[in-house]
Amino acid sequence: MNQTVSGPILTSDGIPLKVSLKKAERINKIRAFLLVLPLLAFILITFLIPIGDMLARSIDDRQINTVFPKTFEVYKKWDRQDLPSEEVYKTMFFELKDSEGYSVGKASTRMNYSKSGWKSLLKKSKRKFKKIEEGPYKEKMIATDKRWGDPEYWKALGQMVDPTTMGYYLNAVDLKYDSNKNVVQQKENRRIYNKTWIKTFKVSILVTFFCLLLGYPISYLLATLPMKYSNLLMICVLLPFWTSLLVRTVAWMVMLQQKGVFNNLMVMAGLIADENRWQLMYNQTAVIIVMTQILLPFMVLPLYSVMKTISPTYMRAALNLGASPIHAFYKIYMPNSIPGVSAGCLLVFIIAIGYYITPELVGGKDGQMVGNWIAYHLKTTLNWGLCAALGAILLAVMTVLYWAYNKIVGIENIKLG
Amino acid sequence: MSEKDSFVKFEKVDKSYDGEILVVKDLNLDVPKGEFLTMLGPSGSGKTTVLMMLAGFETPTSGEIYLDGNPISSIPPNKRGIGMVFQNYALFPHMTVKENLSFPLEVRKMEKSEIEEKVSNALSMVELQDFGNRMPLQLSGGQQQRVALARSLVFEPRLVLMDEPLGALDKNLREQMQYEIKHIHEKIGITVVYVTHDQSEALTMSNRIAVFNDGKIQQISSPDVLYEKPNSSFVAQFIGENNQLKGKVKSINGENCIITTESGDDIQALKINVNNNGDGSLVSLRPERVAINSSENFENNFDAKVKELIYLGDHIRSRVEVCGNDQFIVKIPNSYKGANLKEGATVKLSWKASDSRALDLN
Repeated sequence: MNQTVSGPILTSDGIPLKVSLKKAERINKIRAFLLVLPLLAFILITFLIPIGDMLARSIDDRQINTVFPKTFEVYKKWDRQDLPSEEVYKTMFFELKDSEGYSVGKASTRMNYSKSGWKSLLKKSKRKFKKIEEGPYKEKMIATDKRWGDPEYWKALGQMVDPTTMGYYLNAVDLKYDSNKNVVQQKENRRIYNKTWIKTFKVSILVTFFCLLLGYPISYLLATLPMKYSNLLMICVLLPFWTSLLVRTVAWMVMLQQKGVFNNLMVMAGLIADENRWQLMYNQTAVIIVMTQILLPFMVLPLYSVMKTISPTYMRAALNLGASPIHAFYKIYMPNSIPGVSAGCLLVFIIAIGYYITPELVGGKDGQMVGNWIAYHLKTTLNWGLCAALGAILLAVMTVLYWAYNKIVGIENIKLG
Repeated sequence: MSEKDSFVKFEKVDKSYDGEILVVKDLNLDVPKGEFLTMLGPSGSGKTTVLMMLAGFETPTSGEIYLDGNPISSIPPNKRGIGMVFQNYALFPHMTVKENLSFPLEVRKMEKSEIEEKVSNALSMVELQDFGNRMPLQLSGGQQQRVALARSLVFEPRLVLMDEPLGALDKNLREQMQYEIKHIHEKIGITVVYVTHDQSEALTMSNRIAVFNDGKIQQISSPDVLYEKPNSSFVAQFIGENNQLKGKVKSINGENCIITTESGDDIQALKINVNNNGDGSLVSLRPERVAINSSENFENNFDAKVKELIYLGDHIRSRVEVCGNDQFIVKIPNSYKGANLKEGATVKLSWKASDSRALDLN
């Protein structure tokens, strides 16, 4: 083999083998890339860019800076003790007067998060400032509305000097900036998010637990029954999948309400008295019951697909080696079904934690989850920054879970089918 | 065989899964202690069902199975103390080799030190001392096979069942493992019931072979008897290569008889499975017992036409037409004499009457 003593290996036409191979593979790579291109573009436009935008929005605080850039320039010089100087008033006056109503509206919404009252103040002032021709602006502005003379309003603007803010995130966990930009707790009656977070986790964990509890035996049965029975059973499990989510949820409302089917049956059976029917609808219990039913297939499918691969001879071998059926199940079957258990739990938990429609319909006041607050702020208060912060926290929680799962179980062990 | 000798005993065992078809019919079988018994048969012949009933995974529909004199039908599989090697080994994939081997010992609540000793003994028996900490999937097929074997023996069962344990191995490895299993059996003197559909495997390893077909034992005897003296045409056909000549009984003369083929040739044969003149019969004859152009004196001599020659190295397989059968095979050793046959040539075939067995027409 004296040809290969020095230099790279050459092909028969004298080109180095590696170059040649790369050339040959390039066309395959291009083909592969073209095949994924439509999906890649789709995901980029509909998924990655919106997520990036959402993450940006959760810390974006430029709305005021773009309407009142000069005001913030001079604002920075203020000692934030008494009222600001005439210069600050003057700049604010002109920027407000010359700006467009639409952008002022957006800015004032943001200012209102820091101190409520800003919105009406700006709206009123913009109208009245038209009559003011010349200074001194400080006195005239205070004359139009005495809130201009309240240092608290001016101090609240201090949170908005920077183009970015952690304010939304603080908000999402019941904290806020005070006027000196220290992090403090929200007022007691405004603390709602921490409770919601705890509730969301609690519901998600319980739903995951109940799905596992109900899904494991049925998956075991599915995986061990002969094909002709297991197909039928599988259809029963999947049937909910083919029914509209809304229909199912409404069906549960019929079942569980106080004068509903379930309570009627219990009363008829004499198990509960007519006057103290169980409150099963419009509370957390309802959310847990309905979500468990809806998410059950997401537990059963990965469990089933893993259990299907566990050869029944493992159990036979364990029995043959002297283990009791329970011991054999615990020591041999269960460990082999772990990839399915963890995949199912991860899937159900992740879907549950961001769930919206079911809590909205059956949750009542008590059953609202984070997803519902996001929807509320998105549609009603238009506080998209807070929506983005809540969503980003959810995303972070899922990422941490995924990371932990990978550390503990190993993501290569996950099996969805 | 006396009652005492019978370690495993099947008494009038029937088995049906669906209440319509009997997969095992009226099985009576005795296995003495220390024997290597092979159940051989085509798939669906009921041999695996018999094994599963013995292991306790299936219950006999009627009849009783005795182990060492005690009926075992009501004993669950985990209390039978029977070792078993499964078709695909059934090594627990989430446990190391050592953990797999310790499993039956831990279940029996043995001391840690005792477990360790037994596991390492078992591993050295199958020559896998250095593989104790591997996972089963990191082992080759042959190594997995040996681990499965070691696991079935590590808790010192009285009886080991093997369900086509070598089916997944390639040919060379399979032959090697056949000898290993045979040697281990000889060394520890355990009783083995082995299931296979591979007749050469059965011939190599067994003390006795039970040939199954259609839920019944067709013949049970030692390998040489089974091969040389099959007593039904199914067994003759299933074990080894076999020529069959179809005809009718012309006359019966004590141990011998004459069969007339459709082509009108009279064959001298041993009377095995025929009773009356005029009965249909298949005469069975091993290819290696047929001589070509021999000058010796045989009872049967016929002219044959060479149809096809297949070169197989050590011998030449020639398909000839004789007595109206054009699928007749003769094996010609590729010896120093050479085998100068030509396709289309006419040759003289001869064989002894005692090598041709007149069997039933199945």
